[in-house]
Amino acid sequence: MADQAVPMEQHSPFLQHHFDDLDQQLDSSTLGMWVFLLTEIMFFGGMFGAYTIYRHMYPGAFASTSRYMEPVLGGINTAVLICSSLTMALAVRYAQLGNRKLIRIFLILTMIFGVAFIGVKFSEYYLHWKEHLVPWMGFQYPDHPEFFQQAQILFCFYFFMTGFHALHMFVGLGLLTWLLIKNERIAFGPAYYNPVEITGLYWHFVDIVWIFLFPLLYLIGANK
Amino acid sequence: MSTERREATPINYLNATTGWKSWLFTTDHKRIAVLYLISITVFFILGGIFASLMRLELTTPQGDMFSSDTYNKLFTMHGVVMIFFFLIPSIPATLGNFLIPMMVGARDLAFPKINLLSWYLYVAGGIFALSAILMGGVDTGWTFYTPYSTTYSNTFVMPAVVGVFIAGFSSILTGLNFIVTVHKMRAPGMTWGRLPLFVWSMYATSLIQVLGTPVIAITLALVGLERVFHVGIFDPAIGGDPILFQHMFWFYSHPAVYIMILPGMGVISEVVGCFSRKRPFGYSFIAGSSLAIAVLGFLVWGHHMFVTGESMYASMVFSMLSFLVAVPSAIKVFNWTATMYKGSVSFDTPMLYAFGFIGLFTIGGLTGLMLATLAVNVHVTRTYFVVAHFHYVMVGGMVMAYLGGLHFWWPKITGRMYPEIWARIAAAITFVGFNLTFGPQFLLGYMGMVRRSHAYAPEFQPLNVLSSAGASILAVGYAIPFVYFLWSLTRGEKAPPNPWGAKGLEWETASPPPTFNFDHTPIVTEPAYAYAKEEEVHVG
Repeated sequence: MADQAVPMEQHSPFLQHHFDDLDQQLDSSTLGMWVFLLTEIMFFGGMFGAYTIYRHMYPGAFASTSRYMEPVLGGINTAVLICSSLTMALAVRYAQLGNRKLIRIFLILTMIFGVAFIGVKFSEYYLHWKEHLVPWMGFQYPDHPEFFQQAQILFCFYFFMTGFHALHMFVGLGLLTWLLIKNERIAFGPAYYNPVEITGLYWHFVDIVWIFLFPLLYLIGANK
Repeated sequence: MSTERREATPINYLNATTGWKSWLFTTDHKRIAVLYLISITVFFILGGIFASLMRLELTTPQGDMFSSDTYNKLFTMHGVVMIFFFLIPSIPATLGNFLIPMMVGARDLAFPKINLLSWYLYVAGGIFALSAILMGGVDTGWTFYTPYSTTYSNTFVMPAVVGVFIAGFSSILTGLNFIVTVHKMRAPGMTWGRLPLFVWSMYATSLIQVLGTPVIAITLALVGLERVFHVGIFDPAIGGDPILFQHMFWFYSHPAVYIMILPGMGVISEVVGCFSRKRPFGYSFIAGSSLAIAVLGFLVWGHHMFVTGESMYASMVFSMLSFLVAVPSAIKVFNWTATMYKGSVSFDTPMLYAFGFIGLFTIGGLTGLMLATLAVNVHVTRTYFVVAHFHYVMVGGMVMAYLGGLHFWWPKITGRMYPEIWARIAAAITFVGFNLTFGPQFLLGYMGMVRRSHAYAPEFQPLNVLSSAGASILAVGYAIPFVYFLWSLTRGEKAPPNPWGAKGLEWETASPPPTFNFDHTPIVTEPAYAYAKEEEVHVG
């Protein structure tokens, strides 16, 4: 009898039993992702807050560390991520239209950009490692020995913040792989594109975090 | 044949499927609530054992039973277990999980699998915390203050920190699930203005869980980083700022205090309304005050740091904002009292716990105002006055509400009634035992007995003996419900769908409810707590 009250969509294979219809399901998963992103803002916010305090406490040391950043590589990465946001948005669009082939292409493009970002990021890490700027692996700071400890803390934040961001990129790549497989198995379309939609939200969020990290870590006081 | 069928128990969420897999892989919010209930009870007993050992040590002024190191570990593990593994999940993860979908008229929470995941995260966090205990304990205090926790402590800080970190995500996911459920899963006719007050307070709690918990996560991640690699983030000896840790810690941990009390307030609003047979006085004010507490809760963390050298002006602002929290809290107490006025009050067990809550929470809240006063705070900082204050709120408030709520919804959860006489006796014993335990601690603290110490000046002994004696009575008060709840599972009288004559969608379905809560999606046509009408006609 309950079936009478609920429309035909009850039988849609994508509808989970506890939702009344697909709209409610899409609304719920989208809101759920937004709330999750809110928690992510607070998570990164804690890091940004702590970083800001140290930057305020040790302006001299901070100015000296700026010299070791790689704004060019960071800039390339920023461009790469913005491109990946575009391809992600297109993947969402074609999921709404139900075009399996274009979904596949744009998901793969997004993943290529994501991998490129991580590649550039880790080559930066490698450069820092060669310069002995990794805090717990033989940190050296011969140019400004007076800032040794403070610079170590600031580099610690650099690795911590970009590291957590990279971790989120890895999670994003995992989600994209999952979507790629799902795209072959089921037909995304106007009725059901939730996974692509919410993965898109996540991906854009991770991009936005980088948009804040880039100027804070690379551009302010850049004098290379 | 037909008589046999009539006597057979109808299909409900407990007997719909069987086997351990049907429990450990369930996505039914009601079963997950039961899983949580069992696991938090384990932690409650564990935390209680640590507390009992401390009270035993404190019966004599000398440190004769435990060394100071052991005592440090006892109070740390008591705090970590009780706060992160009992109080924070207590009402949200059990009663909230069980009731919210039913109260809004839904078949389940919005994300059933995430709900199950949150329980597994809780268990994983719990295993790390237990492993810290079994390996030899932690001695930093539940607050993990730096640089002691990061540099000097030789105990098992890392597993405890990892445990709390993981359990935090369980809390975040529960909050996220509740928020989306309340927004998107309400039955037709269930407007925001018709939501039960329990749902409102759980919604406010969820906001804190979602906004606050990530900050403690990142803080603990920094503590872990600092402890393992020792780069100096929180170590003043090499350029770090330990006070920054305290700011970040209390930015979560003060709002977390409201994670621990708001759900209790929600339970009390339900219970007081039901056993006064009246719509709670000032519905919208009770609902709004929950949100006000959640918002104000984020602005007062500095009052934990009045003596750490924080700027005087910051302290003044934090002090004033802390006073403001009293306003929404008092609104609730006045409204509960006004609800009883000219109500048809009965003294069933849940109501006895509600009385206990209102009285003890009022004492805890008023002493909170004393502590928010800068000068008094400096005088009683780190004394038993603080200990007594937060135990009046946490134990006198939240645990009372938790037990009251458990009694109130026990028939719905298990389909069985508990023995009323024993329950009333236990409620009375708990109240007496609680006051004997923590009442004397106000006096001790005001006279200057410092907390977190296993030895004390001899003149404090009489009050300490009183407190320890009270703790043993309190333990009896907790043990009795434990026994008769277990007893009732098989021997208790079968519960009707609505044993209290209460209003609310959860009472309109069977006890215990079927797997999808309702046979038909309910359609709500009347405001919440439509109690009065018939009886008013009767009287008037």
